[in-house]
Amino acid sequence: MTLGFRFFRKVENQEENQVELSESATADTQGDEIGEPVQERRGFIKFLCAFIGTLISVMPFGAGVWVYLDPLAKREDDDGDGFIKVTTLDAIPADGSPAKFSVVADKVDAWNRFTNVSIGAVYLRLVDGVPKALHTVCPHLGCFVDYRSGNNDFFCPCHNSNFKLDGSMVSGVSPRAMDPLEIRIRNKTEVWVKFQNFQPGHSHAVPVS
Amino acid sequence: MKSLLDWLDHRTGIRSLTREALFENIPGGSRWRYVWGSTLTFTLFVQFITGVFLWMGYSASSGDAWESVNYIQNEMSGGWLLRGIHHWTAQFMPVLLLLHLMQVVIDGAYKAPREVNYWFGVLLLLLVLALSLTGYLLPWDQKGFWATKVATNLINLVPFIGPEMQKLVIGGSEYGHHTLTRFFALHAGVLPGLLVLLIVGHIYLFRRHGITPAEPKRKRDAYFWPDQVFKDVVACLAVMMVVMVVVFSAHGAHLGSPADPSEPFSAARPDWYFLFLFQFLKLPFFAGENEVWGAIYIPGIAVGLICLMPFIGRWKLGHVFNIGIIFVFLGGAGALTYLAKQEDVTGPNSATYLRGVLADTRDADRVTALAKARGIETTALSLLKDDPKTQGARLFAQHCASCHRYDGHDGLGVELPKAGTLAELQSRTTTLSRFASADAVHPEWLARKSATNEWQTVQSVLDEKTEGVFDVIAGIQLQEKQSAPDLKDFATQQWIRDLLDPDKYISARYFGGTTHRDGAMYKKFLNRKVRKYAADEREMLDAIAVALSAEAKLPSQVATDQTSVALIKQGIAYLEDDIGCIDCHAFGEPDPDADGPDLTGYGSRQWIIDFVKNPGHEKFYPENNDRMPAFGVKKILTDNEIGLIADWLRGDYYEPTTADQGH
Repeated sequence: MTLGFRFFRKVENQEENQVELSESATADTQGDEIGEPVQERRGFIKFLCAFIGTLISVMPFGAGVWVYLDPLAKREDDDGDGFIKVTTLDAIPADGSPAKFSVVADKVDAWNRFTNVSIGAVYLRLVDGVPKALHTVCPHLGCFVDYRSGNNDFFCPCHNSNFKLDGSMVSGVSPRAMDPLEIRIRNKTEVWVKFQNFQPGHSHAVPVS
Repeated sequence: MKSLLDWLDHRTGIRSLTREALFENIPGGSRWRYVWGSTLTFTLFVQFITGVFLWMGYSASSGDAWESVNYIQNEMSGGWLLRGIHHWTAQFMPVLLLLHLMQVVIDGAYKAPREVNYWFGVLLLLLVLALSLTGYLLPWDQKGFWATKVATNLINLVPFIGPEMQKLVIGGSEYGHHTLTRFFALHAGVLPGLLVLLIVGHIYLFRRHGITPAEPKRKRDAYFWPDQVFKDVVACLAVMMVVMVVVFSAHGAHLGSPADPSEPFSAARPDWYFLFLFQFLKLPFFAGENEVWGAIYIPGIAVGLICLMPFIGRWKLGHVFNIGIIFVFLGGAGALTYLAKQEDVTGPNSATYLRGVLADTRDADRVTALAKARGIETTALSLLKDDPKTQGARLFAQHCASCHRYDGHDGLGVELPKAGTLAELQSRTTTLSRFASADAVHPEWLARKSATNEWQTVQSVLDEKTEGVFDVIAGIQLQEKQSAPDLKDFATQQWIRDLLDPDKYISARYFGGTTHRDGAMYKKFLNRKVRKYAADEREMLDAIAVALSAEAKLPSQVATDQTSVALIKQGIAYLEDDIGCIDCHAFGEPDPDADGPDLTGYGSRQWIIDFVKNPGHEKFYPENNDRMPAFGVKKILTDNEIGLIADWLRGDYYEPTTADQGH
């Protein structure tokens, strides 16, 4: 404790000496090179300070923003024609009611590549024996639209938009009908769907790129 | 000690700083109404501390987020408490913010010279809301996933740059790792950083201009320390206590089932303090292209108006106008919040909404139990997808329930506690109960008198007014009539016993809705012979039921099968000789002449799989298959999916014991 005490005091004294020194120096040497700053026109230096200051701030920030903007530079790599095998014709209810099918495909999520994971779902139903596909996502704000077997219609549980089985609007706030998806039948019974997501909230369907 | 403090003071000026902090003059003395700012600072402090500790256990990636939160909540000692405090404090913050804002407006504390400080406060309010929004997604459960999807889709509506902005916010065109990393960086880095800056500014400016005294002053001026500080800490204690009570009674915070983009979630809702905005967007005025008004322009104008209050307040009636505005906003938001809640429990979609909540809790409990028992090899979602109890039921609902039933429903009904009396059932359906009780029943769900098999809607049970004990499930009456057997308890002794009862065989529960009601089994055997059976022959039939059921090797009957060895042996003898089942069925060895299903291994995993793959196979119904598709042959279901359905029907899946469930 005593040692500590001394240590503190010593440092304190040194500091006081310094303060005294600088005070006397100011008094003696006013107007000389050493002493209080004198206002001068130093336009160029000021400009350089601002310039360098901006530059050194922009460098790390710019690098960050560059990386942050990366999603805008990335485009979905479209392997093949975009059609994904969803199910077979026999799995779609014969009575014309819609059934939900997971869309299973390979998915790249940043640093991971997942094989055979569900990337979304579609509603399929038969109209005169021909399959029709609707996206399960509500074109309003992207909730999962429910099929209500009791009412035999589609209903979005978020903001109550109501659609007919063909996807057209009955009531609600959605700006457009449910998004139809292209279908191809391959090898006689396989149902392939061109699965893509659309931007919600607009009156026309714009694919998400 | 004193010299140490002297030294420190000399180097830092800490004494004057403390003096300045503590000996702030409060005109009119300390008052309870001045505590709100301090309670808010305190709750932020609580969030910082708990947040940093949560951070130590959290991993922000789509394959890890739910898993790490579940680990914090259910495996780490005290994890539920930590998460509970963080979650529930966040729930109370909007209330405190609102009280603080109202007080500032009512007391006119926004007026000159405190305008800038007032704007700091408004910014802080928005920052806290942004923290809530970003935090909601981080557990990566169904609730957070779907609700945040709506919120980020709203960004899409911003004119000109909406889609690009949305992409930047979610880190790509799809939800994934980068959505979480970005949200987490905002939630734990950017927003708290800004918050600290603004709070420092807010408190600095508050001290610069002093407190706005509430008139009339009741007492003489006093210093901040210790009277006001005492009131502040007591208020903070009260806030902390309320939080703790809720945390303990809720045992932490709810964690839903893991996010799954392919699984509908009918209960997607934002946190309660955003419900008014959610409800606002349902207004018909904001339909279609007008949505941008409800989502962006009008909320923007409202915030703008709040910011303009210091200027509006300069007019003669400005202050009254401002107070009016705050009450209009508050009343409007309150009414919308109430409407949103009310619609969820009584609206046209309430039966689905409430069931969605229950189903999510069921799935969440299930995946938590699986994670605890087995550990997570890849993701929690894959645990659910590979779980017969969960996925088997979902597949059954999708592919089988248009004809079959499982205990009267589509396999996805959530069992609720029984109702002991009609009155109890009635009381559980009230709006109040649906608002507040976990056992609430929706009138559109299904109920039946216990020990009967006739499910009807709860409403029709109530209308009938017959007294009894009732089973209740959160399930919705299916549109299609049942036209194939109910497979609950399939191949158990009781199920086979009932199958061999002539009346039950032709009831809807078994083959009443199929062509088999006119088949040989009923006409030639059950109706012609079994109806006339004497007691000893009925006993034989019973032994056959036991023997046949033993073929299934059901996990639920392991013990009974072991103790019934002699009876089983006898039952097989009756089956082969006395009763003569093998006249029409194969048993033990293939029989090309048999026209009924092969009874070898009846109800076993392999038997069910083979049957579902191809019911028209010569082992089953080569000529008299009634409408059932060949799910395997026609590639409607994969082998794995059929296996999941078989395991689910057989009850062959992991089930936690009571010992496992303990915390």
